[in-house]
Amino acid sequence: MFEDWQAFAAMGGHGLYVWLAYAAALLLLVVNMHKLRADRRCTLRLLGSQAAEDDASPAP
Amino acid sequence: MSPRKFWRRLGSPKWFYRISGPWRPVFLAPALLLLAIGTVWGLAFAPPDYQQGNSFRIIYVHVPAAMLAQSVYLLLGAAGALLLVWRMKLAGLVLQTMVGFGMGATALALFTGAVWGKPTWGAWWVFDGRTTSTLVLLFLYFGLHALRRAIPDPAAAGRACALLAVVGVVNIPIIKYSVHWWTTLHQGATFKLTEAPAMPPEMWAPLLVNVAGAYCLLAANLVAKLRNAILREERSTQWVRGLVGANRPGAAP
Repeated sequence: MFEDWQAFAAMGGHGLYVWLAYAAALLLLVVNMHKLRADRRCTLRLLGSQAAEDDASPAP
Repeated sequence: MSPRKFWRRLGSPKWFYRISGPWRPVFLAPALLLLAIGTVWGLAFAPPDYQQGNSFRIIYVHVPAAMLAQSVYLLLGAAGALLLVWRMKLAGLVLQTMVGFGMGATALALFTGAVWGKPTWGAWWVFDGRTTSTLVLLFLYFGLHALRRAIPDPAAAGRACALLAVVGVVNIPIIKYSVHWWTTLHQGATFKLTEAPAMPPEMWAPLLVNVAGAYCLLAANLVAKLRNAILREERSTQWVRGLVGANRPGAAP
């Protein structure tokens, strides 16, 4: 257990390495969440535009 | 449902879309919760390693990332086989949508390995069995990504990617056994099926939580991406048109 926040940030002199690793993981997680949302939006937009076309020229 | 019937139905994107609806929220929230718990636990409360001090805490990112990197590739290899042998549509969509996720996991495993290697081995990178075979895995993901875009015909691109995915699976046992076959700096597996971990529980328990969280994240990605890909792929079919019509405000019943 760390004595204080400063010791926690320093990680016994290995702070740079530990925090770089966790920062990279967090960055990738944020990118992943963003991509999932973008994928959903893009799909819904595609379906929406198709439905609009259908309305404009209804199938016989 | 009999196994044969289940097998036949797995080939139907429509059936998968219908049954996977309730799964969507099941994985994402637990994934984020488990990853948060495992990370805080591992960073702040697990004891420091007696040799490596606090740099060993990188394990709580590195091992889950490496496990995902290999598991996603096995998934792609299996999907490739299903697509080549049985022409299973759903497998083709797995192969189409999960390359980026595996690539990210592999890149993260390599990056966290480098920042762990620097304080522990004294070098950001060494060409030994484990690191080199994992680099090959990253290049296989690059290859799958590039091959898909290089072939204009989607069906031909799908078959080419399936073949590459299947052939590349040979790299997975090489990664796994690399630490036994060759002299290496890389340590052996933390979790084995046949032995208790060499670490004390207060060190491996947070790792287990993060590994579980990582697999939930994989499942959440798989379900969400497959469902979107199914809608896009089948958008001109009657059932997707029906689905869109039913969800629009003011649509006729």
